[in-house]
Amino acid sequence: MQQSIAATARAPIVPPARGPAEAAEEVFLTLTVAGQLCGVPVLTVRDVLGVQAITRIPLAPNEVAGSLNLRGRIVTAIDLRRRLGLPPREAAGAMSVVVEREGELYSLLADEVGEVLPLPSRDRAHNPPTLDPLWREVSRGVHRLGDRLLILLDVEQVLAIGA
Amino acid sequence: MDDLLADFLTETHEGLVALDAALVRLERAPEDAATLSEVFRIVHTIKGTCGFLGLSRLEAVAHAAENLLGRYRDGTRAVTQQGVSLILGALDRIRAIVVGLEATGAEPAGEDAPLIAQLNAEAEGAEAEGAEADGHATAPPGPAAIETDEPEAGPLPEPVRAAPPAPAGAEPEMAPAGGATPPQTIRVSVDVLEDLMMLVSELVLTRNQLLQLARSQGDSAFAVPLQRLSHITTDLQEGVMKTRMQPIGNAWAKLPRLVRDLGVELGKKIALEMRGAETELDRQVLELIKDPLTHMVRNSADHGLERPEERLAAGKPETGRIMLKARHEGGHIIIEIGDDGRGLNAERIRQKVLAQGLATEAELAGMPEREIHRFIFRPGFSTAAAVTAVSGRGVGMDVVKTNMERIGGTIDIRSREGLGTAFVIKIPLTLAIVSALIVEAGGERFAIPQIGVVELVRVGGEGTAQLERIKDAPVLRLRDRLLPLVNLAALLRLEPKGEEASGFVVVTQVGGHVFGIIVDRVFDTEEIVVKPVAPILRHVTMFGGNTILGDGSVIMILDPNGIARATGLGAETGEVEPEREPGRPAHLLQSDASTALLLFRAGDAAPKAVPLGLVARLEVVERERIESAGGMPLVQYRGRLMPLVPLSGHWDAGMAPARQPVLVFSDGDRAMGLMVDEILDVVEARLTVDAAGERPGYLGSVVVAGRVTELLDTAWWLRQGGEDWFGAAARAEGAGRRVLLVEDSAFFRSLVVPALGAAGYVVTAVADAEEALRLRDAGAGFDAIVSDITMPGMDGYALARALRDGGPWCGLPLIALTGRAGPEDIERGREAGFTDYVAKFDRAALLESLGQCITAPVEA
Repeated sequence: MQQSIAATARAPIVPPARGPAEAAEEVFLTLTVAGQLCGVPVLTVRDVLGVQAITRIPLAPNEVAGSLNLRGRIVTAIDLRRRLGLPPREAAGAMSVVVEREGELYSLLADEVGEVLPLPSRDRAHNPPTLDPLWREVSRGVHRLGDRLLILLDVEQVLAIGA
Repeated sequence: MDDLLADFLTETHEGLVALDAALVRLERAPEDAATLSEVFRIVHTIKGTCGFLGLSRLEAVAHAAENLLGRYRDGTRAVTQQGVSLILGALDRIRAIVVGLEATGAEPAGEDAPLIAQLNAEAEGAEAEGAEADGHATAPPGPAAIETDEPEAGPLPEPVRAAPPAPAGAEPEMAPAGGATPPQTIRVSVDVLEDLMMLVSELVLTRNQLLQLARSQGDSAFAVPLQRLSHITTDLQEGVMKTRMQPIGNAWAKLPRLVRDLGVELGKKIALEMRGAETELDRQVLELIKDPLTHMVRNSADHGLERPEERLAAGKPETGRIMLKARHEGGHIIIEIGDDGRGLNAERIRQKVLAQGLATEAELAGMPEREIHRFIFRPGFSTAAAVTAVSGRGVGMDVVKTNMERIGGTIDIRSREGLGTAFVIKIPLTLAIVSALIVEAGGERFAIPQIGVVELVRVGGEGTAQLERIKDAPVLRLRDRLLPLVNLAALLRLEPKGEEASGFVVVTQVGGHVFGIIVDRVFDTEEIVVKPVAPILRHVTMFGGNTILGDGSVIMILDPNGIARATGLGAETGEVEPEREPGRPAHLLQSDASTALLLFRAGDAAPKAVPLGLVARLEVVERERIESAGGMPLVQYRGRLMPLVPLSGHWDAGMAPARQPVLVFSDGDRAMGLMVDEILDVVEARLTVDAAGERPGYLGSVVVAGRVTELLDTAWWLRQGGEDWFGAAARAEGAGRRVLLVEDSAFFRSLVVPALGAAGYVVTAVADAEEALRLRDAGAGFDAIVSDITMPGMDGYALARALRDGGPWCGLPLIALTGRAGPEDIERGREAGFTDYVAKFDRAALLESLGQCITAPVEA
């Protein structure tokens, strides 16, 4: 049930960049939320889990899907769809990307978890000014990835809920 | 090495490491108020502590650095690279001194004046008039040398005044420090314990899964080793838990010395009282509250308490008191730090609030005093007129509050001007194991810490108590009181489970307030490990934490205090229930001794119980043997006809099972059978009967093995067995003789009175010995007295002695009725004057004893 792909996550990390100009190459884990490709820095990711039993937390902020048990630690689950103002997931079951912030574990619920990609910073663009304010808040920029666009999620901002 | 010094060194090392990192951060982000506060707090702590240890060099350097940081924090000076370098320089100096201190036990010699001068110049660069306030504070001898008239003040301030390298007290055993005795304890990093704890939690969960698997396998070869694994796991869990628990006294150990030194320094007489030092809490929590507690005690001594002459003038004893109390309450630790000093001056706070622009005059006018007091928790807020080396920089209360909130705690103030101030800190026992009741509401499960739960009442079912409404507010009439109710599902905005026709009310006590929480279902009780909720959920005050249950699922832990507050039940203005009789909570019917109960099922699904002592035999009767006479089922039993009473109310031969379980009650050669559906178990349980759900045939309900169980009113059912069941013959036995029953437990009264009444006695029952003696003095007459032994107030032995002492009843037969009937008890009873000794529930023995005693009275 608790399928961890941490091992596969480690494998494709590309050796350090070739020249000083490319030093700012970061490695991201891609995930999909309602069809939108997103990325989180792979170094912030503690674990990737399959579908988990999640306990609802009454009175919690809407973005909080509940909490789950990760090997004896309680993880607060944040539904990325709700966080990004997207329609609720039809099919049950979301993947969990577990991140840590100030000693607490949080799980970002995504529809799918993709692969680990090095993204050179030259392919990165700033947030377009027309971007939904809710998205602008959590996005560090947009990456051109072949024919798709990838939103770089700022994990700190994603977790800044109800502060 | 001096413990105090050793602690100081460890702490300072930790502080210095944190400082380096924080200062570098600060340089990068000078506007970061949180980092600045952190830096300031650490330096403040180092300065404060070394002041008390008489480390004058350290104190002077730290004070100068703090001074500059204070300017940064107040915003009167911008953070500059040069300034940060200076502070880093000061830290290096502190580190150098600490290294010397570790090596020799004394501060090494050295000249700090240039560094201090530089720091002061940097601090005063912007603000010239600040100079004289801090001028003397930064001067080398330090402010600790205050002349005092206290006799015992002698030795301590001396070394401070003396030249740097010779702090007293430390000298003799310092040099060869370290190697003398092997340490009995070691410092283990909290991380290691934390990891261990996590591993153990995992182990427990895995163990539980294994056990579950093994159970479904029937008998497997794994069963025995698995049992062993299970035991070891439990022991291991407890052991790891224990490593984390420490008495709060450890955090208080330094305080007496600190208070004494403060007294000397401030010229005050201070007595420190500490209560509840053995209260245990998680080590991590302990570490986190240590500094705040120290700050608060310092504050109390410095600002709270008046000088002796002021105290005398105010008509108070010369010696001021600082009280520290700790206790467990509902899964939390409550720490109170109080003083009997001058109290908070609301007017001064008001002025300061206005001056700092924290609130407008209009806002303040509408605020109750308590709210105004809370302004002292704002950063940088201090009403102290003078900045002293002890406190008064506004560090402290805001830091205390932040620290408390970081671990999910709260802090509150109670202050009366002229009478004193008390801070009440409530912190969760982060990792303490608590017993919790698992309930369900709105389809979700929650845990309620058992400490807050007074009783469980089943409501809405057939024949049980009913919920009533006053306008929209649900209430429950529980015995003599009207209980306000909170619907948990509604409170948590969960979808209610259809109609709230049936469910349970968890009667909860918070401080003096008693209220009921309506839940849909009640499961088990479980030992849980309280974990704090994630910071983004901390504003939901309804939850005290969360935990992982044995089945691996996460569950939220309700905080009854939070629920009371959320519903206005715990509001300060609320009417406080009068305090209950100590040791005797709300239970109406209660018995101290545990009783063997026969559990069975009949009619509905709820288990029912009857004291085993009342049941003569358990029989199974074949359906064919049950006959019917006049609409009543009968069976031939031991050569006679025994009436059978269906507990479910009706009996239908067609529906009856092939083998009918029957509880047989007998008296002499008479017998009556109670038909039940299924006999479940015999358990030993302490009876705490709740009479709320009273309906004919039941005395009320009890919680047995976590389930609400209805307790059978045997006498009522016996009467159903036929009007003349006890018959005239039996009645003749008692022949109208008068018996006085002294029994504090209403439950036993309700059992014994009908039993004796049925045998023809006229029974008067009183609840305590005093009442019995009043009856005697009022001239009431009886033929015999039956008394309980264990009673609140005057017990049975005392009653017997009082009766035998003289008076009209001194010759009456006196029968002890008790749960304890060992030979020593009997001997003791006889010495006190009891005629006979009968075990509770032994109806036959009681009747026999009464019969014998009355016909052959004892010579007094």
